[in-house]
Amino acid sequence: MTPAQTSERGASGRRALSARTVFAGPGLLYITVFMTLPLLLILTYTFFTRGRFGGVVWDFTLDNYGRAFEPVYLKVFGTSMLIAGITTVLALLLGYPTAYAITRLSPKWRTVALVLVVLPFWTNFLIRTYAWIILLNSEGPLNRALLDLGIIGAPLGLLYTPGAVIVGLLYAYLPLVVLPVYASIERVDRQLLEAARNLGAGRARTFLDVTLPLTLPGVMIGAIFVFVPSMGNFVVPELLGGGKTVMVGNLIRDQFLEARDWPFGSVIALFVVGLLVALFALQAAIARRINGKKVARV
Amino acid sequence: MSRVGWLRVPLTVTYVFLYLPIAVLVVMSFNASKTPFTWTGFSTQWYGELASNALIREGFINTMIVAVSATVLATALGTLLAIGIARYFRSAIVEAYSLAPAIIPDLALAIGLLALFSLVGVTLSLFSVLLSHVVFGMAFVAAVVIARLGQTDASLEEASRDLGAGAVTTFFRITLPSLAPAIIAGALLVFTLSLDEFVIAFFTDGPTTPTLPIVIYSMVRFGVTPEINALAALLLLVSFTIVLSAQRITRLTDSV
Amino acid sequence: MTSLLTIDHVSKDFDTTRALDDVSLEIRPNEFFALLGPSGCGKTTLLRAIAGFEDPDDGRISITDADGQETDLLALPPDKRPVNLMFQSYALFPHMNVRKNIAYGLEREGLSKQEINSRVDEVLETVGLVDKAKARPAQLSGGQRQRVALARAIVKRPRLLLLDEPLSALDRKVRAEMQMELKRLQHEVGITFVVVTHDQEEAMSMADRIAVMHDGRVQQVADPVTLYSRPANVFVADFIGSGTLLPGDVGATGFTALGRTLPGSNPSSVSGPAVLVLRPESVRVDGDDGVLDGTVVETHFYGGSSITAVRVDGVDGPVVSRDRGAPRHEVGQSVHLSWSADDAVILEAGSGADGP
Repeated sequence: MTPAQTSERGASGRRALSARTVFAGPGLLYITVFMTLPLLLILTYTFFTRGRFGGVVWDFTLDNYGRAFEPVYLKVFGTSMLIAGITTVLALLLGYPTAYAITRLSPKWRTVALVLVVLPFWTNFLIRTYAWIILLNSEGPLNRALLDLGIIGAPLGLLYTPGAVIVGLLYAYLPLVVLPVYASIERVDRQLLEAARNLGAGRARTFLDVTLPLTLPGVMIGAIFVFVPSMGNFVVPELLGGGKTVMVGNLIRDQFLEARDWPFGSVIALFVVGLLVALFALQAAIARRINGKKVARV
Repeated sequence: MSRVGWLRVPLTVTYVFLYLPIAVLVVMSFNASKTPFTWTGFSTQWYGELASNALIREGFINTMIVAVSATVLATALGTLLAIGIARYFRSAIVEAYSLAPAIIPDLALAIGLLALFSLVGVTLSLFSVLLSHVVFGMAFVAAVVIARLGQTDASLEEASRDLGAGAVTTFFRITLPSLAPAIIAGALLVFTLSLDEFVIAFFTDGPTTPTLPIVIYSMVRFGVTPEINALAALLLLVSFTIVLSAQRITRLTDSV
Repeated sequence: MTSLLTIDHVSKDFDTTRALDDVSLEIRPNEFFALLGPSGCGKTTLLRAIAGFEDPDDGRISITDADGQETDLLALPPDKRPVNLMFQSYALFPHMNVRKNIAYGLEREGLSKQEINSRVDEVLETVGLVDKAKARPAQLSGGQRQRVALARAIVKRPRLLLLDEPLSALDRKVRAEMQMELKRLQHEVGITFVVVTHDQEEAMSMADRIAVMHDGRVQQVADPVTLYSRPANVFVADFIGSGTLLPGDVGATGFTALGRTLPGSNPSSVSGPAVLVLRPESVRVDGDDGVLDGTVVETHFYGGSSITAVRVDGVDGPVVSRDRGAPRHEVGQSVHLSWSADDAVILEAGSGADGP
């Protein structure tokens, strides 16, 4: 390489660097200050002692982590996992067939169907939750309809139950399952399905052997998008669960706004973020395995 | 047709599940009764009361201040970020980092921002809400614009440079116009997101300037009133209109 | 000989286009049959109809087993048809390794583990992929993937194997190798092959018989030599091989063009507007004597053979002659062209073109 070429290369490299800085610099800096820094702050707070009116006193301690294992908190984790888990399973049971059905529509209707699924997600979350207060109320339309039809004799206590919390979370996050699952089904090469049929597999067998495993990464994305936010949601347990169902989200909110124990609240928040990261890592590993890009040496 | 037939079942269940609550809400907003549950007759009185409710009016003004400023800032930063990533970085890690604010649990972001603001001594106010909304809004704009950049050809810009246009001219004459639909769609999404955002505002807002979602939250917490039905119906209308326009704008460009 | 596969007046419409127009074919046991034609001619649709992925609007497709028992294929779903298909994209399951891919079809037959294993081992041996049994498709080269796809189809021992553009995804060098390999395998396993291809050289070199398709119709079914030397219509003559199509008329004196009568054979008694097919091998270039006069415009020497292009007044494009050895004429030289009547076919003008 001649010196002239080298210097030219250096110059264009510098130009690319400065263009990068001009375009991406402000945004990346902003994200670093207002996302990364706050999350690191949360991580830092977990190792220090609570201040009297919130905040922290800079005395190093590991007690905050120890506290997370107290039975009262383990119970909250357990309840949260259970409720978020049930919500996730229900979302998949309803979302997968819905996504599958949408892929089988004509292209024009496919777009309409997808927009209709996503639309509620973009509306005010509180209002969507509030709608269920009305629906599930003992004087609400659901109970009234059941009474009028003679199916029940007295109004059911639907509101302020764990069931109501699950319905509310399902309502909030169902669109987040349909989208990634839809995308993954859409991506399955139709020739693979034909190949399975050609080799003697019936419809059900083809679905189980080909479609399902190949859409598993999309299913996992959908599951993560329901499971993690469900754990961190404090509005639904409060409004639809009547505060009787305490989830991880409620715990975090209370530690920050009422108990004023920021370090302990940080530990729990860190758990939720860690869960998200771990699940995404798991998803990526499984996706790689399924596509056969990396196979463990036997 | 019969083999697709059973798939109508989940589709129907999903759409009924998604839209029944919304439909009930809208119908009930025209209910004359004082309890929001039982239908006694058609009335638009709750929409009238809404306008005279000082708390809601104040919340609405606060929310508009935040949503409009957040939209402007997030759109500008997010567009530049998207161009930087799609045209100069081309790195999956940087892209993931830029989109992370949209995926990170909102509660974690909310308490982190609260911790940051209190550490550096920023008084909680609409300004701190604005700073917070920009971070995830920017990620949404970047996502939409990156998707659009993936469909457009970098050689358009290279051709412009080759024909003698400077970097700045190329940016304003070539890059920006070709991205306009995506940028507008992204801006509309940020606007609805900010308009409806509750969790982060709840933690980063000052006590004297509640945004509309915070007002709604406190109203809903203390009971159900028909006014909320009317407010809900209006907000649904606004969100639906904005999201459908965003969808129309981006799809128009897909066909070009 | 009774046929193995009978395709009887099959038609299929897609919206406004007619993909298959009254197609009838008989495919014999153990033959290597090619469906050849430009893209959109209907060959892939026909293949997919045989495999069960398209439903014909009209007609019958049936297969006859060794005992002479005839089965209506169209009555069976794809998974119940005794026909296997090798997909153009190979359609290997990315989440299964090579062994699992190949075993998949046998597992669906409910065979014992032992039998499955031994048959998979056998076919891995046949296609030379024993050491790749544990690899995933993503880790294989194009040629290896093609072998897996082939192995997965032939391990089922179908009576009929359909191959959709089997070589199109391979680069030139591997393609030549695989052409020989396919031919060898077909002999070895004794399965009837039906190959869809748009590549005439591929079809000519591999197939026992070829059906040339165009616009959803079968134009001609014949062995490669007949297709080349005795094309049934102008489309086939133009599509297969190279050469000059000389337009003229058939009258009382025979084929006339450029104001003179030219030699040609007339197998299907054409009259009126006609085309004379001149293959390069048939045309002789001579300094002294011939039926057409022209000027040499180009010569190329390819070592063993040479090509001489001659411009004839009144003919679009040069008339090409292929000869052994070095070119014997120089550019600019006036020459005469001749051929024997048996080597030049006279066809009805416009035959085989769009519309009947």
